[in-house]
Amino acid sequence: MTITRRTAIAAGLSLPFAARGGAAQAQAPSRSETLLLVQEYGPNSLDMQGIGSSQPVNGVALNCYDRLLRFKPVPIPGGGGNTIAMGELEGELAESWQLAPDGMSCTFKLRDATFHSGRKVTAKDVKWSLDRAVSIGGFATTQMNAGSLEKPEQFVVVDDKTLRIDFIRKDKMTLPNLAVTIPFVFDSELAIKNGGDDPWAKDYLKNNIAGSGAYKVESWKPGVETIYVRNDAWTCGKLPSLRRIIARDIASPSTRRALIERGDADISYGLPPKDFKDLADAGKVNVVGVPIPNGVWGCYLNTQVGPFKDVRLRQAVAWVMPYEKMLQASLFGRGVDMSGGPETPKVAWPQAFPYKTDAAKAKALVDAAGGGFSTTLLFDAGNATVAEPMSVLIKEALATIGINVEISKVPGANFRGEIQKKTNPMVLNRFAGWLDYPDYYLFWTMHGNNSIFNIAAYQNPALDKLVDEARFTADKAVYDKSVVEFIKLVNVEVPMVPIAQPTHDVAMQKSIGGYQFQPCREPDFRYLTKG
Amino acid sequence: MLKMIGQRLMTTIPSIIGVIIVTFLLTRVLPGDTAAYFAGPAASPQAIAEIRGKLGLDQPLPVQFVSYVTALLKGDLGQSLTTGQPVTRDIAARLPASAELTLVGLLLAMAVALPLGVLAAVKQGSWVDHLCRIVATAGVSLPVFFTGLLLVYVFYFLLGWSPAPLGRLDVFASEPPGVTGFLLIDMLLARDLEGFRAAFSQLILPAVTLAIFSLAPITRMTRASMLAVLGADFVRTARASGLTNSKVIGTYAFRNAMLPVVTTLGMVFSFLLGANVLVEKVFAWPGIGSYAVEALIASDYAPIQGFVLTMAVMYVALNLMIDVLYGVIDPRVRLEG
Repeated sequence: MTITRRTAIAAGLSLPFAARGGAAQAQAPSRSETLLLVQEYGPNSLDMQGIGSSQPVNGVALNCYDRLLRFKPVPIPGGGGNTIAMGELEGELAESWQLAPDGMSCTFKLRDATFHSGRKVTAKDVKWSLDRAVSIGGFATTQMNAGSLEKPEQFVVVDDKTLRIDFIRKDKMTLPNLAVTIPFVFDSELAIKNGGDDPWAKDYLKNNIAGSGAYKVESWKPGVETIYVRNDAWTCGKLPSLRRIIARDIASPSTRRALIERGDADISYGLPPKDFKDLADAGKVNVVGVPIPNGVWGCYLNTQVGPFKDVRLRQAVAWVMPYEKMLQASLFGRGVDMSGGPETPKVAWPQAFPYKTDAAKAKALVDAAGGGFSTTLLFDAGNATVAEPMSVLIKEALATIGINVEISKVPGANFRGEIQKKTNPMVLNRFAGWLDYPDYYLFWTMHGNNSIFNIAAYQNPALDKLVDEARFTADKAVYDKSVVEFIKLVNVEVPMVPIAQPTHDVAMQKSIGGYQFQPCREPDFRYLTKG
Repeated sequence: MLKMIGQRLMTTIPSIIGVIIVTFLLTRVLPGDTAAYFAGPAASPQAIAEIRGKLGLDQPLPVQFVSYVTALLKGDLGQSLTTGQPVTRDIAARLPASAELTLVGLLLAMAVALPLGVLAAVKQGSWVDHLCRIVATAGVSLPVFFTGLLLVYVFYFLLGWSPAPLGRLDVFASEPPGVTGFLLIDMLLARDLEGFRAAFSQLILPAVTLAIFSLAPITRMTRASMLAVLGADFVRTARASGLTNSKVIGTYAFRNAMLPVVTTLGMVFSFLLGANVLVEKVFAWPGIGSYAVEALIASDYAPIQGFVLTMAVMYVALNLMIDVLYGVIDPRVRLEG
């Protein structure tokens, strides 16, 4: 047979179908030891302390690094796995810890743990890492400060296995704040060696893991996938049962839903509430929903500029909101109603405000304040699946009391800029604080320090005094009293109308066990089991 | 020929410069504060200012522009904040994925559209002609992401014939050593036939989605162009000389009808690169389109500029290729330059 150009092309095209090569599949780990997670987007760095790290980087910090302490798992009421108790801590790198009799320092004894590099974890590494967290700036430093961890001098190396943290003031959030995903421990020698001129090795740690955690990053393709493998030498807890985790970034929620329904993905994060409701109703996969601690969907009313300077109008809005309808139409029931609470608040946050839908009361307040007007309601387009139906319902409800609302939807990047200006009359937003304390939430959203999340630009020295008192008191009675007082105050002043406490939902196959909710809301692979 | 290519290249320089200036200005003029977005959940004003300083956004516009162009001359497109990587590396990793998908989509479309168009022209008014019209109308009136979702629903979700829409490769398949970046070719080079099959089956649905979208212009252009040629004098002469029907249509008419079709193909190709954006989202395809969209949502300047620039350069290269191809198909074009 003569080989012409045509036969050559034909042969080339048929080649792939001619033989079966099996070599590639042989060394791949089995499906039962591997977990496939699908999520909207993945980490943009491997260093949660670095500036500009995105939300999923918390997951990297959680699984690949160890902290001194971690939150103790407690069962989710209603089943499905575990959540955490903010007040109960257990040692991760710390074998034990001891508060000083005067309550002004805490001494940590380190476990016999090894970094991925093979070097032993020492108190020097812990100090370097905590120093870095309070010095590097940006979110890491802000979060450390929230627990009164502010200066490198606070961290003292006693010996190789002992570290002492000196307190600036008594702050009940200091210890819990050591268990969040920021103060994790780096292999300082490895980091410094590769850091070049930068004492904090920012570039190196952004692209490399230098930790002692339960997982290592095997490969990281930003925007595509992150693959984790188990660190078999992990000693800071029970060895995880999953050997390998593949986290794929899949932008389209419909695709993520199809994957979990067909059984191709093991866990799906971040679907719209409607999909979670449908999946839960269909019952083919498990949907675990934990009310987000310290998280509320709220309508912020600007107290400094615009019509809502008048407290009567803010109250009117709180009286006219169609709470139940919003919970059903925008969150599809995946949340906790925040209306119709008791007159005297409990020591808890979030909790239902005493307002409920009562158009007559609202109308009377608007009339007393001089009648109707037009205004705008702003929300982040990134939250549109929930915020859009919510804002339409608000527009509809406010129209009945003579307030004409124009809805303004802006993309995420612009949204931050807008709320920073603090000039928008009404803003719909969801805020959740990591540390589950009422004073912590109000410190961010209503305190006179005027953080970016004080969207209502609320200023009230009386509230500041109560919040500060609650933050730093060691006396439970004083704490309870201040919390009740400031919630009472907020009930009357309503810089924000709480709408619902959303649930953090995760869909997983029935074969997946050991789900662990964390305040950073990223998956904790260390407890998960399969099959 | 070389002289023509050289001359054509010279004319593209002003357009590239224009693209650089316009994208730079556009990304700055658009509302949205990158620094505020990336300062994270508990951003303090200091944190925002720090990021702004780090990104050089606190400098006056001309200074920013000069440093941008200086970096550009060194082949540095800046850092992406959404992926945390240099834009050049991101684009180099993602461009082959988009190109492979688009090319396969285009080839599929051609394989269906060219014969259909020719048949429709030859048997004008017959059922083939009507079919051609229906296919073209249906294809062009369905938005790509809708076609994509529909195909996923039917072939993956309901029937289970197609693999999970998880990007270019099944999660358990291993990737071949990157030579060309085109998975199909790399798999063959690595003699990994299993891998080739895996990559190919991942590619089918998104490529079909793109092909359906691009059927219409190619079919219609082929049909119109064939009709014009079939009515020309030289075809009548050829028929009168007693040549067979297939010889007349295949050799004489089709070859001459190809010129406008090639122009259309060029347009469709660049069009498809745009349509890719949505298809990539649906199929989790790690291409350049989904990269640009995510950057746009986050006001991440560097990738947007990099994307537009890459597209502009590709568009210029494509047009150049088409001009050269003209010369190959019709030697008369060559003389003009």
